[in-house]
Amino acid sequence: MTIAAKANALWEYANPRKFLATSERVLPFFWIGAGLCLVVGLIWGFFFTPDDYKQGSTVKIIYLHVPAALMAINCWIMMLATSLVWLVRRHHVSALAARAAAPIGIVMTLIALATGAIWGQPMWGTWWAWDPRLTSFLILFLFYLGYVALWEAIEDPDTAADLTSVLCLVGSVFAFLSRYAVNFWNQGLHQGASVMRAGAITGTDTEEKVSNIYFYPLLLCIIGFVLLFIALVFYRTGTEIRARRTKALMARERVNG
Amino acid sequence: MIALLLRDLKLAFRAGSGFGLGLAFFLIVTVLVPFSVGPQSSLLSTIAPGVLWLGALLACLLSLDRLLALDWEDGSLDLLATAPLPLESVVTIKALAHWLTTGLPLVLAAPFLGVLLNLPVPGFSWLVISLLLGTPAMSVIGTFGAALTVGLKRGGLLLSLLVLPLYVPTLIFGAEVARRGATGMETQTPLLMLAGITAATVALLPFASAAVLRINLR
Repeated sequence: MTIAAKANALWEYANPRKFLATSERVLPFFWIGAGLCLVVGLIWGFFFTPDDYKQGSTVKIIYLHVPAALMAINCWIMMLATSLVWLVRRHHVSALAARAAAPIGIVMTLIALATGAIWGQPMWGTWWAWDPRLTSFLILFLFYLGYVALWEAIEDPDTAADLTSVLCLVGSVFAFLSRYAVNFWNQGLHQGASVMRAGAITGTDTEEKVSNIYFYPLLLCIIGFVLLFIALVFYRTGTEIRARRTKALMARERVNG
Repeated sequence: MIALLLRDLKLAFRAGSGFGLGLAFFLIVTVLVPFSVGPQSSLLSTIAPGVLWLGALLACLLSLDRLLALDWEDGSLDLLATAPLPLESVVTIKALAHWLTTGLPLVLAAPFLGVLLNLPVPGFSWLVISLLLGTPAMSVIGTFGAALTVGLKRGGLLLSLLVLPLYVPTLIFGAEVARRGATGMETQTPLLMLAGITAATVALLPFASAAVLRINLR
């Protein structure tokens, strides 16, 4: 298959029926995969890795904190992509997927903020600090709230999809700007990226890297969160499609009397 | 275009309330701050730039829901949309009118309120410069928010929820300029960033606002 043909094959899933049929077929695998990865990863991480010599057992909150934070950002990027697809190609499934993903993003952001606060209390001696990373996550949380509120406030579904898509595009630019503005405004407590770094993988860069004993269960948890996110988005998009269909059927019934 | 600008300015002056509301709010916020944090002049002069910027931002926010809602209610927005003037320029004019009636008075009032908060002397010019640079961005971003929520019955709260996160970069750099200016540090970096944000929003956001307005008027 050529690349063009493959790209065309992707657009087939813009058909709600096709999307539902396929997503329902693959959904069990994602659920099971997510469950397996999370159970194994979390048990491995919580019970079979040693305590850190400085942080004690609090280090283990990393298995929830890092994947949740990762997915909170990736969820927004996914919404950005689906919003663009909706604005350009007017596929309803795409708009509904963005709508379905937003509450998941809120929960991921909250998990990242909450686990960070719980870890920060014993380690930094404070629940909250106006650190750039923490602050950007708070701002991201506000963006999610505004996005969901706008979806809820508008009755006409196509108008709502259009307006939220534009908000998502403009919001992405401003979220990106805020990230750098906040960095400029305060140098923080939070450590830099230390799980995946080019130097860390090739072995040239040994300082401040998460060591391998923690890395493998963490990788498993990240995979688990990704699979869980995909499963939740498929599931919730399916629900949105069915809700839309039910509404259409009810409207038709009212017209036919 | 000029006719539209004059019309908006006239409406703002004659309707009265919209014009004075932001200023009155700014005044009240600034006067209430010493009551809430205490009268020590050293403390007040430390927080003065931030408080003045926040007050100006909230005063700006307060007047946003009237920006397009009145024209929406009496139907003149539909007429403007069908007029030969492109909607992008209508939106820009609306933002300009908002800035002239809300942003500019706030900028002019800020130094006098700075006296109340014991703002250090070198801070005055930087406060005015930063507000002068930052308030146009606030008007343009606010117009985008107003265009998003124009058709909604209770859009006010939603408008603030949508606009406040968008104000974050402007507030950070603007207040940073005023703060650094007040303490005598160099202000070039945040000043350039603030100017960049304003230039970019003024140049680009009207297109988003007009697109959103077209969707809402559909």
